[in-house]
Amino acid sequence: MDSSQFVTPGFGLVFWTAITFIFLLLILKKFAWKPILGAVSEREESIKSALAQAEEAKKEMQNLQADNERILKEARAERDGMLKEAREIKDSIISEAKEQAKSEGDKMVKAAQATIESEKKAAVADIKNQVANLSVEIAEKVIKEQLSDKGKQLKLVDDLLGDIKLN
Amino acid sequence: MKLIGLKSLLVVILFTLSSTTVFAQDDIEEVVEHFEEKEDEFDPQGMITHHVLDAHEFHIIDWNDHPITLPLPIILWTDNGLTTFMSSAFEHDDSGKVIVERNGGKFVKLHEKIYQLDAGASSVSFDAENHPTNATKPWDISITRNVFMMWISVLVLLLIFTAAARKYKKSENNVPKGIAGFVEPLVVFVRDEIGIPMIGEHKYKKYMPYLLTIFFFIWINNIFGLIPILNGANLSGNIAFTFTLAVFTFIITTFSGNKNYWKHIFWMPGVPVPMKIFLAPIEIIGMFVKPISLMIRLFANITAGHIIVLALMSLIFIFKSVFIAPVSVGFSLFIGIIEIIVTAIQAYIFTVLSALYFGMATEEEHH
Repeated sequence: MDSSQFVTPGFGLVFWTAITFIFLLLILKKFAWKPILGAVSEREESIKSALAQAEEAKKEMQNLQADNERILKEARAERDGMLKEAREIKDSIISEAKEQAKSEGDKMVKAAQATIESEKKAAVADIKNQVANLSVEIAEKVIKEQLSDKGKQLKLVDDLLGDIKLN
Repeated sequence: MKLIGLKSLLVVILFTLSSTTVFAQDDIEEVVEHFEEKEDEFDPQGMITHHVLDAHEFHIIDWNDHPITLPLPIILWTDNGLTTFMSSAFEHDDSGKVIVERNGGKFVKLHEKIYQLDAGASSVSFDAENHPTNATKPWDISITRNVFMMWISVLVLLLIFTAAARKYKKSENNVPKGIAGFVEPLVVFVRDEIGIPMIGEHKYKKYMPYLLTIFFFIWINNIFGLIPILNGANLSGNIAFTFTLAVFTFIITTFSGNKNYWKHIFWMPGVPVPMKIFLAPIEIIGMFVKPISLMIRLFANITAGHIIVLALMSLIFIFKSVFIAPVSVGFSLFIGIIEIIVTAIQAYIFTVLSALYFGMATEEEHH
């Protein structure tokens, strides 16, 4: 058996291998490698960009959180300020109102006292007049009685006198 | 072209084979000598040679001493132009006895080679070394067993990869589904473990189709060679196949070579002038040695695997004893498992080295 036939390339197989391989290479390049490698690299790109976007979103989130905290702090400070102001305003209104009420009350009391005083004076004057009138009428009646009967007049004088004593 | 190196390599292969079966070394020789005297007996060398080499018909099985084969077309370029006929015309004869007359020529098949008888000759006559003396070999581009299996492998590759590519078009966001999920890791492996590290981030894209194609082409044919029913379609263990692929790698490397590459070959920078003159021929030889090493490595590895498995199986028939079967089957199983790994490793090595040569050819000057 001639062993050189193992290592002698046969022309026919070289010929067909070359043609077949070129054909296979061209077909696979167009219909397999291009779409597969394209899809793989496209996906890799999309993963890369997605990761970058996620990183960016994370940063943005952090920024937003910082902003939120700042705004919250500001809002809290503002609220505190407003509350304080309101309290001050309330206090001042109350104290003002109190003062006003007090002075108004004082005025009213004074006016009432003056009216009472004047009323009192008028009443005293009226009483004085009536007392005077009554005194005159009594005096009239007494005089009339005394003029009709001597005894009576005397008795009357006695009674009157007695009354006066009782008084 | 006959390379002495290749012959010695074959000796090494055969030596490895014989040392594997060293426990029966002397016995085999005795038995083989004994059988060689009788023609009807089992001939392991002939069987192995027949399985490892190419053939013009697809032999499936012998049934009642009748070979059942798939005839394949024979295409010849003779002095009278293209001559085609089916290999069944030879009636399974491989010893030059059956003469087929077509297109004004007489053809015989001898050791799976087609010979055309010289004008006037009516039968083949042989010289002392059993070479035909009155016949010449026409250009033979027949669809042989290996060509047939190569086309089947191409068909399978096209089906797998175009189907995978279509999956991407169908799915949204390029999600690999179905077969694409199986194919994508392999493709990405070739890109990330072979293409990018060997050639470089910027230039690898141009070479990816070639690298992917040789990787899968070699791998699938290595696998097909291991499937028993395909009867030793030993395409990737055929030197014509590895030779052709190595030539492609050589051509691409040579045409990709930039100024820096040629400078390193003809006028090595950074060494004294006498050294430059000394190195140039070595580098020029190196240009050719690289693809030749690719060719031999793949051929020798795959062929050796086939020979070992077949030789182990032959032991059963050599000893004519069923008790040797467990040993044969055990060893074949062991070698078979190794061969499965070798299918991928050899495809990987061929691709990696091709990529490495492309990387060397396109490397930019660093110093």
